[in-house]
Amino acid sequence: MTSFPLPPVDRRTVLAGATAAATAYSTGLSAAGLASGADEQTVTLRVNGQTHALKLEERTTLLDALREHIGLTGTKKGCDHGQCGACTVIVNGRRINSCLTLALMHEGDAVTTIEGLAGRDGQHPMQAAFVKHDAFQCGYCTSGQICSSVAMLDEIKAGIPSHVTEDLNAEPKRTPEEVRERMSGNICRCGAYSNILDAINEVSGAV
Amino acid sequence: MRAFKYSRAASLKDAAARLAETPNAKLIAGGTNLLDLMKLQIETPEALIDVNGLPLDQIEVTQEGGLRVGALVRNTDLAADVRVRRDYPVLSRAILAGASQQLRNRATTAGNLLQRTRCPYFYDTDQPCNKRKPGSGCSAIGGYSRGLAVIGASESCIATYPGDMAVALRVLDATVQISDADGETRDLALADFHRLPGDAPQVENDLEKGEIITSVTLPKPVASRQIYRKIRDRASYAFALVSVAAVIGKDFARFAIGGVAPKPWRSETAERELPQQGVARFSQALFADATPTRENRFKIVLAERVLQSTWTENRG
Ligand SMILES: Cc1cc2nc3c(=O)[nH]c(=O)nc-3n(C[C@H](O)[C@H](O)[C@H](O)COP(=O)(O)OP(=O)(O)OC[C@H]3O[C@@H](n4cnc5c(N)ncnc54)[C@H](O)[C@@H]3O)c2cc1C
Ligand code: SF4
Ligand code: FES
Ligand code: FES
Repeated sequence: MTSFPLPPVDRRTVLAGATAAATAYSTGLSAAGLASGADEQTVTLRVNGQTHALKLEERTTLLDALREHIGLTGTKKGCDHGQCGACTVIVNGRRINSCLTLALMHEGDAVTTIEGLAGRDGQHPMQAAFVKHDAFQCGYCTSGQICSSVAMLDEIKAGIPSHVTEDLNAEPKRTPEEVRERMSGNICRCGAYSNILDAINEVSGAV
Repeated sequence: MRAFKYSRAASLKDAAARLAETPNAKLIAGGTNLLDLMKLQIETPEALIDVNGLPLDQIEVTQEGGLRVGALVRNTDLAADVRVRRDYPVLSRAILAGASQQLRNRATTAGNLLQRTRCPYFYDTDQPCNKRKPGSGCSAIGGYSRGLAVIGASESCIATYPGDMAVALRVLDATVQISDADGETRDLALADFHRLPGDAPQVENDLEKGEIITSVTLPKPVASRQIYRKIRDRASYAFALVSVAAVIGKDFARFAIGGVAPKPWRSETAERELPQQGVARFSQALFADATPTRENRFKIVLAERVLQSTWTENRG
């Protein structure tokens, strides 16, 4: 009897298989692993340019919808309480903690996750800079750091002040001090901060 | 998180009506405080009414020359508004000193005002807490109280109001606009919005069932120096141990203190005597009825020093 070589299976493909069904009107993988029985509602999210019609338990967070239902596991769950920034994604151009918002609150919203940052021709400049500067150790905080820093540079460009902006009535500058303060919502358990700052400062052209 | 019924409010009236009719219903705005507490089952609403679609996200000039800030204006947008930066910088500064940019991008004006305490026992559902479970006792009294209130507390609760934005709103003499299910509206001074715990620490503010905050109004700006100083255990992304919001003009000075009481702490009477009496006496008057614990009495000294340096660096 001939045996066929099995395709390699990793965690990612298993999850992707499980969530493929979930993407189009789901089986409702109970994200928190809690017994279900809760009501479901539908929501349409535009994630990384793709439209996803989902049927979700009402209590599903945006983070769980992305990871467990759409299968985009690049966004991480650290604390699940808004304290660590690992779950940072960009919604309608602004970075938010996807763990502290319900998926149903984002009908029609455009969500960008780490998977959507890279263009067709490879890495986003921030991703490349993180690699170049060795801006991670375990990597768990990294997608949050990268999404956060990309949106953060846009915030400076848009003139949004920060706690360390000296003159509230002037345009904020892209100084390392500004970057530090503005990235304080992203915790790195491995303490890769100095390399993270180097990576961001390179992309921002900080002075 | 317990299951709940989610719905979107079609109008202000609809939101207020449903809030009044539905048992155990809550509004959800940014969700950054409510969902945190729901995950821990400290809050267990059976229905959430999403107000994010309501047209309450504008900042408008009032007839009196002040600003009316919609309940749904995000903290980021309020802090970045050019009029706020120019005329009410203490408000921009207070908001920017709080939370993280990700959180401020979601957090709203009304939600921020209504954020609940950070008392560690309120968060620990295994411990007695009168605020979380009325009548169960207060674990903080005799427990770990370093971050808790030194004034305005009671024998049933010594929690602080943790927010920064409200401290600035207090020193700016802001008012809160409130609307109910019948479309009735009322205007309340921020000074009267948050309540002291007394023997009902679970009641934190003056809102009645079915009432919704629609806006917060700032009076006409006054020529002044405005400062917000926040002292905390790390340089960013931490709640205040003590904060001072100051508006100092040619012949007046106003101070509100955060992190020390169940609401932003201020004494207009003591302020009037400040120029003659000096800051040490002012601080004494402000904290005259203080009941600190051994762990948190440092806050009174800290507050006095911050008041002192703010005053000497910025007076006329
Ligand atoms: C990690 C972390 C750090 C933080 N650090 C700080 C800090 O340093 N300083 C600080 O000030 N804050 C801090 N915060 C708190 C943050 O500012 C609040 O979570 C936020 O402002 C709440 O706003 P929201 O719109 O998300 O409220 P929600 O969570 O949506 O709502 C809060 C409450 O307000 C009610 N509500 C909302 N809108 C209305 C309305 N229009 N009328 C009546 N009721 C309404 C809701 O029913 C709910 O009870 C921090 C939060 C986190 C998670
Ligand atoms: S201080 Fe208030 S919130 Fe803290 S345990 Fe006591 S009753 Fe609860
Ligand atoms: S997982 Fe959302 S902030 Fe930590
Ligand atoms: S690289 Fe490990 S947490 Fe940041």
